[in-house]
Amino acid sequence: MASNTDRGTPQWLPWTLLRAGGRHGLADSETRDPIGLAIAALNKLASSDLIDRLGMRKASEQTVYRVTSAGFRTAGTVGRTFARAGKATRGARVPSTSDSGLFDLTPTEDEQMLSDVVSEFAAEVVRPAAAEADTACAAPEGLLEASLEIGLPLLGVPEDLGGIATERSAVAAVLVHEALAHGDMGLAVAALAPGAVATALSLWGTEEQQTTYLPAFTGDEVPAAALALAEPTPLFDPLSPSTTATRSGTGITLTGVKSGVVRGADAEIFVVGALLDGQPQLFVVESKAPGLTIESDPSMGLRAASMSRLVLEDVAVEPISVLGDADSYRECVRSSRLAWCALAVGTAQAVLDYVTPYVKERQAFGEPIAHRQSVAFMVANIAIELQGMRLLTYKAASRLAQGRSAEREVALARRLCAERGMQIGLDGVQLLGGHGYVKEHPVERWYRDLRAIGLMEGAVLV
Amino acid sequence: MINLETPKKIRPLVEQAHQVAMNMLRPISRKYDEAEHSYPKELDMLAAMIDGISESGATGGAGAAGVRKSPDDPSEGAQRGNRNGANLASVLSIMEMCWGDVGLLLSMPRQGLGNSAIASVADDEQLERFAGTWAAMAITEPETGSDSANIRTTAVKDGDEYVINGEKIYVTSGERADSVVVWATLDRELGRAAIKSFVVEKGTPGMKLERLEHKLGIRASDTAAITFTDCRVPAANLLGTPEVDVKQGFAGAMATFDNTRPLVAAMAVGCARASLDLTRDLLADAGVEIDYDRPALGQSAAAATFLQLEADWEAAYLLTLQSAWMADNREPNSMQASMAKAKAGRVGSDVTLRCVELAGTVGYSETELLEKWGRDSKILDIFEGTQQIQQLIVARRVLGLSSAELK
Repeated sequence: MASNTDRGTPQWLPWTLLRAGGRHGLADSETRDPIGLAIAALNKLASSDLIDRLGMRKASEQTVYRVTSAGFRTAGTVGRTFARAGKATRGARVPSTSDSGLFDLTPTEDEQMLSDVVSEFAAEVVRPAAAEADTACAAPEGLLEASLEIGLPLLGVPEDLGGIATERSAVAAVLVHEALAHGDMGLAVAALAPGAVATALSLWGTEEQQTTYLPAFTGDEVPAAALALAEPTPLFDPLSPSTTATRSGTGITLTGVKSGVVRGADAEIFVVGALLDGQPQLFVVESKAPGLTIESDPSMGLRAASMSRLVLEDVAVEPISVLGDADSYRECVRSSRLAWCALAVGTAQAVLDYVTPYVKERQAFGEPIAHRQSVAFMVANIAIELQGMRLLTYKAASRLAQGRSAEREVALARRLCAERGMQIGLDGVQLLGGHGYVKEHPVERWYRDLRAIGLMEGAVLV
Repeated sequence: MINLETPKKIRPLVEQAHQVAMNMLRPISRKYDEAEHSYPKELDMLAAMIDGISESGATGGAGAAGVRKSPDDPSEGAQRGNRNGANLASVLSIMEMCWGDVGLLLSMPRQGLGNSAIASVADDEQLERFAGTWAAMAITEPETGSDSANIRTTAVKDGDEYVINGEKIYVTSGERADSVVVWATLDRELGRAAIKSFVVEKGTPGMKLERLEHKLGIRASDTAAITFTDCRVPAANLLGTPEVDVKQGFAGAMATFDNTRPLVAAMAVGCARASLDLTRDLLADAGVEIDYDRPALGQSAAAATFLQLEADWEAAYLLTLQSAWMADNREPNSMQASMAKAKAGRVGSDVTLRCVELAGTVGYSETELLEKWGRDSKILDIFEGTQQIQQLIVARRVLGLSSAELK
């Protein structure tokens, strides 16, 4: 299957024995010499169940990780029925924000208020739950419910459709993403995922799509939902997805594998990117569709978001499922990348806020390590690069909100956040030394989370 | 409301500066790089034109004098909203001029760093008396670079005059300017609080131009070494207050730097953009187009490199605008000014040198200007506070450490 880690098995035996490459993270060119063969055999024995049944190994050596990683596979959640309603005409749209003509770094009062509320939530609810959620590969139910109470999924939904947006809310959304990720990036992604789908429906949906799906997001029982753009391919380019959409009769058939799918096993709605008539295009897919399966895909970080793969095998969808056009697909890719930038800014700020008191307290050679330039300059550079990341992210967001082209600005923000964000993650661990490498401190988690920036596509949207 | 676009009312000024840079500076850029120490006479007409535009008010207060913090008048106090003023106008127009040529911008009559120093710390009487002067800035000494609190040039009060003795180096426009703002100490025992700045007019007996330096870049700008031997200046030429306020310490003198660092950051940003603009063109000629939507790593190495350079450039650009915007809005911006200078200084070098590499021998050759920008940019990571000094300032602010704790 698509998620199999074995990249093709050679057909003839002697070569198979000698050849090591193609799996376990080995390049295809790797081969075994006789000592290597002996070691491989020994390793097979060591990992076999036989020695366990003979009582030769303590049960505690069994890794708990298998619970989530060893090929967990399920059909999509059965979920609710979304009754079709409305007409296939243009849906409701919020206007762009106005342009004051002035350079300004101060958020509006509403944006500030929203950001403050989310910051408080991030500090009091998200951060304390982060370590456990990371281990469990799941976000606590209570936290997700609380995130609905503060209205996260409504941010991009027009007021007329039960949301809170009166104009394009990319700036407010960026501030919210940043504030939540200061608590924890993985939990932020889990909590923001339904909003990404609701925002996509609001920005590009027909009246029919909005009337059919949005009431669920503005009601009491908000469905888990995921924007699925990424695919498990090196050098993946979302503008050329391998997932295909084929017209068949009156409907469309989807085939392919999407990755980075947030809470895939719980999601009731997916917005999926696929190639239709040579153009990338978004599709709304309900989880109970036959041919749709979910595989858990625990990754380096973002573990609280229960990352999954969505496997589509000839999944038939109705014509209503086509969301927007090729232009809105591009806009979606950009807005999603910008959301990841905002998450990077929040987590990088968390790193700075954590290492600052640490290096002032930690003593070496009879004084705080902060008194040494090599340490202090590292902190200074975190602060400098972080502010650069933030300003690029804000600029791209304000251009999106004003309806200006943001192609260049999003690309630059993404490049900077990928490069400098990862450096901040690295330095965060380095500044704590050995203490940074153990789970007693959160910097190792931020290090893993920040590696997602620059490679993730989809999942979140501003 | 968050908006990081060029302010509407400053756009005409930026466009004007761009035209000046393109049509006046670029054509003579190589000429004065080759003819080091010869005076760029074309600049006199340009300076006169800029004076004219300034008087018409069309510059929004941009220029060396734009850094002055005038006391709040009641009408301004009442207007509590967002301000886009002289600081933003200055950095934006300097970026354009340095897109043209950094050395020539530094040689612009009446726009010297000394003029910024006068604007920052002079009282109203002095401001009037020194209006129209072209002032160079003399801080560095042979034994004192970044540790400017340690300067040895002395100023001793004698009646209505101060007697200055010492040696200054790296004085930009030191030969061409009408006057030099000299940093000297009233009493070395009292440390940094005793350091004051003095306006010394050209031709004052005891002031002697020793030599002009031969430099790596910004060759259009002359860099002088000047000695002062029993050089007498009127007591009224001491800028600001003669009181030695140990509590205020160095803050008064250093305030100049808070104002000039965003300007130097803007120079680096402008120079680096010249390199990016030309390199983008040269790469396109070579068949490399930059695609902002496709992942950088799926494009050619040249395109991916360019994207990284442009991203870092954009960060330097926005950090510079932020520090100027804060100054316009009277927010303390010492840390942000140093962030901007640190980022712009290193990005300036990185961008200009990488662009030379990307363009190959075309970039390395004197037939193009890329190699020149690769040399010009280096000084911007040194003067008005080196990269390391900026990091020190930022680190102390972020960590809340004193200069005694974080040396």
